[in-house]
Amino acid sequence: MNAHPENEVVMSARNVAKSYGQVHALKGVNFDIHRGQVTTLFGENGAGKSTLMKILSGVIQPSSGEMILDGQPVTFANANEARDRGISIIHQELSLAPNMSVRDNIFMGREIMGPAGVDFAEEERQVRKLMEELEEDIDPQTPVEELRLGQQQIVEIARALSVDSRILIMDEPTSALSASEVEVLFKVIRDLNAKGVSIVYISHHLEEALTITNHAVVLRDGNMTAYAPRSEIDLEWIVRNMVGENYDLGSPPDTEKRDVALSIRNLSVPDQTGQDLVRGLSLDVRAGEIVCIYGLMGAGRTELLETCAGRLQQTGGEIVLEGREVSHLSIAERIARGLALVPEDRQRDGLVQTMTVGQNLSLASIARFTRGIFTQRSAEKKLIDDTIRDVTVKTSGGGAAIGSLSGGNQQKVVIGKMLATKPKVIMLDEPSRGIDIGAKAEVFRLLAEGAKDGLAVIYSTSEVSECLSIAHRIIVMHKGRISAEFDSTVSKEKIMAASGESVAA
Amino acid sequence: MSDTTATKTAKSKDSGFSIGRLLLEGRAFFALIAIIAVFSFLSPNYFTASNFLIMSSQVAIYGILSIGMLLVILNGGIDLSVGSILALSGVCAGAMMQGVTLDFAGVILYPPVWAVVVLTLMVGAAVGALNGILIAFFKVPPFVATLGVMYVARGVALLMTNGLTYNNLRGSEELGNTGFNWLGFNRLWGVPISVIVLAVIAILTGLMLSRSAFGRWLYASGGNERAAELSGVPVRRVKITVYTLSGMLAAVAGLVLASQLTSAGPTAGTTYELTAIAAVVIGGAALTGGRGNVRGTMLGAFVIGFLSAGLVIIGVSSYWQTVFTGAVIVLAVLLNSLQYGRGARKG
Repeated sequence: MNAHPENEVVMSARNVAKSYGQVHALKGVNFDIHRGQVTTLFGENGAGKSTLMKILSGVIQPSSGEMILDGQPVTFANANEARDRGISIIHQELSLAPNMSVRDNIFMGREIMGPAGVDFAEEERQVRKLMEELEEDIDPQTPVEELRLGQQQIVEIARALSVDSRILIMDEPTSALSASEVEVLFKVIRDLNAKGVSIVYISHHLEEALTITNHAVVLRDGNMTAYAPRSEIDLEWIVRNMVGENYDLGSPPDTEKRDVALSIRNLSVPDQTGQDLVRGLSLDVRAGEIVCIYGLMGAGRTELLETCAGRLQQTGGEIVLEGREVSHLSIAERIARGLALVPEDRQRDGLVQTMTVGQNLSLASIARFTRGIFTQRSAEKKLIDDTIRDVTVKTSGGGAAIGSLSGGNQQKVVIGKMLATKPKVIMLDEPSRGIDIGAKAEVFRLLAEGAKDGLAVIYSTSEVSECLSIAHRIIVMHKGRISAEFDSTVSKEKIMAASGESVAA
Repeated sequence: MSDTTATKTAKSKDSGFSIGRLLLEGRAFFALIAIIAVFSFLSPNYFTASNFLIMSSQVAIYGILSIGMLLVILNGGIDLSVGSILALSGVCAGAMMQGVTLDFAGVILYPPVWAVVVLTLMVGAAVGALNGILIAFFKVPPFVATLGVMYVARGVALLMTNGLTYNNLRGSEELGNTGFNWLGFNRLWGVPISVIVLAVIAILTGLMLSRSAFGRWLYASGGNERAAELSGVPVRRVKITVYTLSGMLAAVAGLVLASQLTSAGPTAGTTYELTAIAAVVIGGAALTGGRGNVRGTMLGAFVIGFLSAGLVIIGVSSYWQTVFTGAVIVLAVLLNSLQYGRGARKG
C-alpha cells in the first residue's frame, strides 16, 4: 500500500482538545497525516469524529493544543482559510446545487472571470481535465440533479481537487454509494494518493475502511484510544478500542414473553426511484420482548419502522398487529390499535416546537380526553402530569416551552407522548441519538419497565454497545434484509461483522 | 380562549415578569387603545356610541374574512382567494335574488332568502374546498393554488354578470323572498346584525381552537406537520377543512357586504385578502404557522378598521391612510419576529 517512499508528515494534531462549556467533546488528540496516505477516524456516534473533522477543516477552532502544517503551527479562522492552505472537506450531505450544471457547481463562488464576464470555456476545459483525471465521463454542462449519487460524489471530489487540495477530508463518503461505486471511489482515492494527496477518511463501514486505510485513529467519548498503522491492526482491534468495556446500559429484563404482538411478513418498501430499501423482511416480536435492530446508515431500519407506523407505503408483504392486518390503516388508526413509533429525528418528526411540553405530550391521545366536541381540561392535565411523572421529564410543568428542555428530556417527551397512547407495540428509531449517557440509561430503563408490563419493544440503533443492553434479541439489518439474528450473549465483534458490507456480499 | 391565556401566563412566569414583555404580548390591545385615545382627542365625533357601531359594522366584513384567514395561517398556509370568493358569493346571492330561470321547465325560481344564504355558503365552501384539495392532495403550494383560484373565482363572477352589478336585492312581497337586507341594516338591541354575526363566529372559532380536538390538530399541524402526522393527526383533513372554512367565511362576508350595499358586484372585495392577512399578522399570528389566536386577530381587524375610520373622521387624505396602514403592518411583523425569534432560538 505504501506507494509513497518518503513517509512524510503533512499535518499533525498535537494535544488537540475542544470543549463546549462543561462538555468535553474532544480531549488531547495526537496523530499525523502522512503525504499520499489514508488516515481513517474510527468511533461511534458522539465519539468526537465530527468535532475533530471540523477542527481539521477550520470550521471550528480547538480550545487547546495545536495543528501543525508542514512543520509550522497553524490556526484557521474559518473553512475558507483552511481551503486556501489546501485542506478541503467533503461532507456526508452533498453540498451541490442540484439545478446547476457540473461546471457551475465546481466553480461556484470562485468563477473564472474573463474580459466578458465568466469565462465558461476555460471553466469547462478545467472540468474536462478533472473528469479525465477521475476517469469519469461526466459532461460539464449536465445538471447535477441528473447524475447518480455516486457521480455527484465525484463532482464533490472534483470540486475539492479544483482548488489543489493536498489534504482531503471525506465524511462517510460511501454511505450513499452502491458497491460498484465504492470500488470507483476507492480507485479514485488510490490515484489521489499516488499524486501525493492525503486523505482523512471517516466511515462506519469498518471493513470497507480497513481495505483502504494506511493509518487508523480510534476515538471514544472524545478520547483518542488508539493510533496505529494498518499493518498492526485488524477489525477486532478497532472494535475493542471503539467500544471499550466499561459501558453499562442495563441488561435484558426478566419478562414473560407472551403471544406474538407484531408480525412483519415479507415486507418490501421502495424509495422514490423504485429501488427497495427493505426487501422481503420478516420479523415477529412477542409481547414483553425487547428486540434491537442494529444496522449501518442506509440499512433500511428507519424505512422498516416508518412503514410499520404507516408513514411510508409498502409494495409487498403484511404487517400484522395482534393477529389483524394493519397495512391499509392510517397512522392514527394504527396508533389507536396500539402500534406507536418514536421517530429518529425528534426536532423534525417528534416535537411541535410551537406547543408546550404538555400539549406535545397529549398530542397523540387527544381522543382520550375529549368528550363530545370539547376537550376536558382536567382529564388532559391528569394525563400530562401522569406522563411527566412516569417518564420522569425534568420540567417546570406542562405549560413550559418545549425548547426549554434538554435533548434528553425532549426525547422523553416524544417517548412519553407515544406511551400515553397505551400502545401494545412501541417502535423507537435511534432513541439514544444526541442524548447523554445518563438520559440513555433512563430511556432504556423506561423501555425495560414497559416490557415487564407486557409491551413489545423494538428499537433501532447504530451503536453496537446499545444492542447489548436491554435487548432480548438482536437483529442485524444490511441493505434492507436481516443479515443475522443473535441472542443477548453475542459479542460486539460478531454484531459488527454481520452489518459489514463484505459479510453479506 | 382562556386556554391560550393559561399558556401565556405560564410562559411569562417562565421568563419573568417585565413591562417590556407585557407591552410586547399585549401590543395589539395597546395599539387599539392608543388609536381610540388619539382620535377621541383629535375629534369630538370619534368617541360616540353611534360612531363605534358604524365603525364596527365596517370592521365586521374584514373581521369575518380574517378569522378564516387565521385558520389558514395557523395551518402554515395563506389564502389569497377570499376577496374573490366574497365577490363570487355576493354575485351568486344576487343572481338567486333576481330569480333563477330554468329554461327546460320554462319557469323562474325565486328561492326564499334562507335558501339563498345556504346555497351561497355552499358555493363559498366549495371554492374553499377546491383550494384545500389542490394544496393537500396535489401538493400545490398554498400561495400559488389560492392565487389561481383568486383569478378563476373573480373571472367567474365577472362572467356571471357580464361585469355588471345586481342592484335590487330587496326582493318583493309577492315572490316571498324579502328580508335580504336584514343582515346589513337591522339591529338587535341596537347592535348591527353584522357585528353580532362577527361576534358569534369569533366565539365559536375561539372555542374550536382552544377546546376542540380539531383546534389542537390545527395548531399541531401548523407547528410541525411531520410530527403531527406521526402522532396520528389527520393532517390532510385538517388542511382541507381550514380552506373550506375560510371559503365559507368569505361567503358570509360576501352576504353581509351585499346586504349592507343592497347590491352585489363582481369587483367587490378586491384586495380584501390583503387586509385580512394584515389583521391576522397584527394580531400576533406567525405566518409560519402554529401561533396565533382569535382574540389577537379580532384586535388586529379593529386596529386596521378604527385607524382608517379615524383618519377619515379627522379628514386625513385617503393616500395617507394607505401609508399608515402599511406602516402598522410592517411594525407588527417586526414585533412578531421579536416575540417569536426568542422562542425559536431556544428550540
